[in-house]
Amino acid sequence: MFKAPVEEFEPPGRRLGMIGLVLAQILVLALFALLAVRLWYLQIPMSDHYRDLAVANHHQQLLIPATRGQVLDSSGRSLVNNRAELVVSADYHELLSMEDGGEKVLGDLSEVLDVPLEELQQRMRLCGPEVSRPCWPGSPYQPVTLAEDVEPAVALKIMESAEDFPGISAQVHAVREYPQGEHGSQMLGYLQPVTQEELDAREDLRTQFTGIDQVGRDGVEAVYDAQLRGTAGKRVLGVNNHGEVMDVISETLPEPGKHLVTHIDLGVQKIAEEALAEGMANARPRYKADSGAAVVLDVRTGGVVAMASLPTYDPAIWRGGIDQKTFDEMLSEDAGEPLLSRAVQGTYPPGSTFKVSSLAAAAENGYSLRSTYACPGSVSLAGQSYENYEGQGQGSLDLHRAIVISCNTVFYNFGYQMWKEDGGLHPEEEPKEAMANMARGFGFGSPTGIDLPYETGGRIPDRDWKRTFWQETRENNCYRGEHGYPEVAESDPSRANYLKLLAYEQCVEGFEWRANEAINFAIGQGDVLVSPLQLANAYAAIANGGTLYEPRIGKALVSADGSEVEEIEPVVRGRLPVSDETLDYIQKALTDVPKEGTARGAFANFPQDKVSIAGKTGSADVEGRQVSAWFASYAPADDPQFAVVVLVSQGGTGGMTSAPIARAIYDGIYGFDSSEDSEEGEEDEKGSSSSKPLLPGGKPAEELPSIRPDGSIDVLDR
Amino acid sequence: MSTYLGTSRTRGSELGRSAAGLARRLDWTLVVSVVVLCAVGSLLVWSATLPGDGGDPLDSTGHLRRQLLHLAAAWVLCLVVASIDHRTIRACAPIVSLGTVVALVLVLTPLGAVINGSRGWIVIGGFQFQPSELAKVGLILLLATLLGEPRDGEARPMTRDVLFCLLVLAAPLALVMAQPDLGTTLVLGVIFLAMLTLSGAPVVWVTGMLACGAAAAFCVWWFELLEPYQVDRLATLMDPAADPMGAGYNSNQALIAVGSGGFNGTGLFQGEQTHGRFVPEQHTDFIFTVAGEELGFAGAMLVVGLFALILWRILRIAHGCEQPYPRLLCVGVAAWFGFQTFINIGMCLGIMPVTGLPLPFVSYGGTAILANMVALGLVLGVSSRHHRSFA
Repeated sequence: MFKAPVEEFEPPGRRLGMIGLVLAQILVLALFALLAVRLWYLQIPMSDHYRDLAVANHHQQLLIPATRGQVLDSSGRSLVNNRAELVVSADYHELLSMEDGGEKVLGDLSEVLDVPLEELQQRMRLCGPEVSRPCWPGSPYQPVTLAEDVEPAVALKIMESAEDFPGISAQVHAVREYPQGEHGSQMLGYLQPVTQEELDAREDLRTQFTGIDQVGRDGVEAVYDAQLRGTAGKRVLGVNNHGEVMDVISETLPEPGKHLVTHIDLGVQKIAEEALAEGMANARPRYKADSGAAVVLDVRTGGVVAMASLPTYDPAIWRGGIDQKTFDEMLSEDAGEPLLSRAVQGTYPPGSTFKVSSLAAAAENGYSLRSTYACPGSVSLAGQSYENYEGQGQGSLDLHRAIVISCNTVFYNFGYQMWKEDGGLHPEEEPKEAMANMARGFGFGSPTGIDLPYETGGRIPDRDWKRTFWQETRENNCYRGEHGYPEVAESDPSRANYLKLLAYEQCVEGFEWRANEAINFAIGQGDVLVSPLQLANAYAAIANGGTLYEPRIGKALVSADGSEVEEIEPVVRGRLPVSDETLDYIQKALTDVPKEGTARGAFANFPQDKVSIAGKTGSADVEGRQVSAWFASYAPADDPQFAVVVLVSQGGTGGMTSAPIARAIYDGIYGFDSSEDSEEGEEDEKGSSSSKPLLPGGKPAEELPSIRPDGSIDVLDR
Repeated sequence: MSTYLGTSRTRGSELGRSAAGLARRLDWTLVVSVVVLCAVGSLLVWSATLPGDGGDPLDSTGHLRRQLLHLAAAWVLCLVVASIDHRTIRACAPIVSLGTVVALVLVLTPLGAVINGSRGWIVIGGFQFQPSELAKVGLILLLATLLGEPRDGEARPMTRDVLFCLLVLAAPLALVMAQPDLGTTLVLGVIFLAMLTLSGAPVVWVTGMLACGAAAAFCVWWFELLEPYQVDRLATLMDPAADPMGAGYNSNQALIAVGSGGFNGTGLFQGEQTHGRFVPEQHTDFIFTVAGEELGFAGAMLVVGLFALILWRILRIAHGCEQPYPRLLCVGVAAWFGFQTFINIGMCLGIMPVTGLPLPFVSYGGTAILANMVALGLVLGVSSRHHRSFA
């Protein structure tokens, strides 16, 4: 503004004008210089800043999710795949830019789809802090899904009359499907919408998050999520101020996820589950047989050929989002907690199957494998009496026999002797803990490292564990030891007194590793806990000559067009800390169990001359529960290929309940027919019966199923 | 003074003035500057009104053609005005001013139309125009007449003249404020203050008026006479990022457009801000952002430089005037162009609040172009007859 002060001149007029005009020119110059400086500032030093803002303004990035890879069994059969589903979706901005906000189109659509208009309108809203489902959690540049799993006829109707449904389209979406139903559900896992925590933790999710992504939440879907997921494609759209797409600026196609080829053999998996279910049914109603697990490992690689856990469930419940009620049911004890994998997450005392570890501990610590040991009906140790199973004495026997007939008293003695050698209650030097250390050498007490989430480590108790446990529980125990259990005393005063005394003892001397604990440890009782997978892995190590593998479900990752194959190599975790002599001794002892020992009955008529089974039964007691049945085994005994471990929780004795299940699995693998009692020695080149072996030659598939460039999968013909 | 005017040089050209004669006497620097500016402006309008789908620019020339039509008509009018003797024009000044005031009154009748929240248009048939633009020319003419030709032999305007001027100002000012059009109100006020200041009026009045202007601005702020949206626009000026989707949206998008242009710009028709229609009113009030984005610092500085050159020429012409009337005419026009340019470009650069003032010669708009060209014609007319260099 021309605020130049004006001098008063006499006479004014021209001279005055001259001065004023000069000042006016200076003012104009100053103001325009200001504009120039501001322009320079915005366009030169600040231009990168504004360029970034501009790009954010009119470039909208749209992520195109990649097709998730399948999970295949070792010969290429689908365990998890994708199903094409027709969905009807809407272009958010196109509908919004209509005069009525798309109400008419949605109204017409609601009639065709037979869905209330209100629901369609709700689904069109973008989710936000104040907008909850039903709403659209994705980007408004993605097609907003209005109806899923639409009948083809309906979709066709919408596509044919596209002019009546502007902004509406029917598309094919890939939806996760589980063609094998309930088989292997826990191991395969499931998908769920990504949580904020997962987004925070995983950069690969964050950078390609579209808002509607799902993530593997359990099983191999979780562990191999990054590889199965693939890489999302990216489409950069040029948009105007109304958000309407004007052009595609750049586009990178999504890279489909890799297929996971597993060591699982679908046939063995099915037979394991069926045999387990049947075995559990047979155990009832005498036993609860509430849950069970069966694990089949390839002892030469650590590959998991089958892994069954019952009860199981159909993963189809996860599709389209699970509701809270169903989810709570899935986790409830009444439903048997079907989400829990008993094989990987369940821990149980191993019972007599644990004796292989105890025997190895004894053999490696000065107890001769050539001596004989007494197997009385009961022994009295440290002032307490310990009985054999059913109190039977077997006289004097060698350790081979002690395993075959599962003599407890021999192992009680080992446990007690080693406890005493360590100094008993009050060790003076560093105790050797031979039993516990051997157990750890077999892989117990820590997770096996399998490619599944939430694996348990089980528990190998010793003096250190006892002390830690005591410290953790002392406060409560001391309180209870002093104040008792008034709430229990109301109904059962004598039990309350007993509990009070127990708590007091725990408070005062709970850190002591007592004789009875060491004695029970030797036969896999007391505080020892293992998972079926750990036991299977330990027996696999015994079978293969002492190599402890990390079990693997995944065998290879193959790109969607088959061009890239990434084999998942076996990982050796360690070696059993036993001499070859001891291992050989254990192998021989185990070989006789199904022939003349505790599993004799279950393997009656099994063609042991063709495939010799080695194994050990176990029947584990937990206070307040029925005995749990174990059978841990491998075969063929002379050239081991598979380890099979079966557990039936509260299912009775191992020989009676679990060994027959293991036998049914072997029958299936080798193609023996267990239902027909075929005569042994029947000379038949093809085996003792006519059923087709699930794993021909008794070997898992060696080559990978081939995947053609067009994405189709050639199932191995075996 | 009048003796100087009565020389034979102008007498002979009174009747049969040839086009060649006019051409010879024109201030060509000024003419070429404005022509270049108009050309650049037309391209910018064209670019700003392209549909955003990246189609062929030749397919959508609606606004361009209309703008070129406006310019052609306006140039003709400009040259006609330039060729008319100043005395004729001076004689017509009261009638012209009255005419513009009447038009401003008509705006408030049912003939007027509301566009962008302001009742500033008269629509007759398919034809619409903005009387407030013409009111600026009318005011300049009338004030130049009143202040530049003191009565009773006074050498300069006295109190009586100033009071009369205030009266003359009051009518259009009140009418424009009633629309309401804050931008034009300010332009009228600034034209008045500039012309008064340089007219040689009593210093008491000059300082008084300047003080009144300041006081008025203060009152407006203090008594919250501004509309809420105007307060928002001022607040936005203080911090453009405060409310990017609301009041600050225009300003913010304008800054992004200008800033993202960098030194070389994105190239004509290539601006993504422009073609995504992110900047509202881009072919009119925010036309400068197109220059900023597509032509970059180089192109935007050309526009700023052309304006500086035009203003410098107008002020030089004023400088060369012996008589107060033509000089005040030039001063009024310079004040108008200068103030409006500074406010408009400053608004695009985020240093002035958003007011709906078009950029002279550049923004799309028939009435504005016409008014600008008439004003330019007045200056050219002055320069062809009164400038010393032609003496």
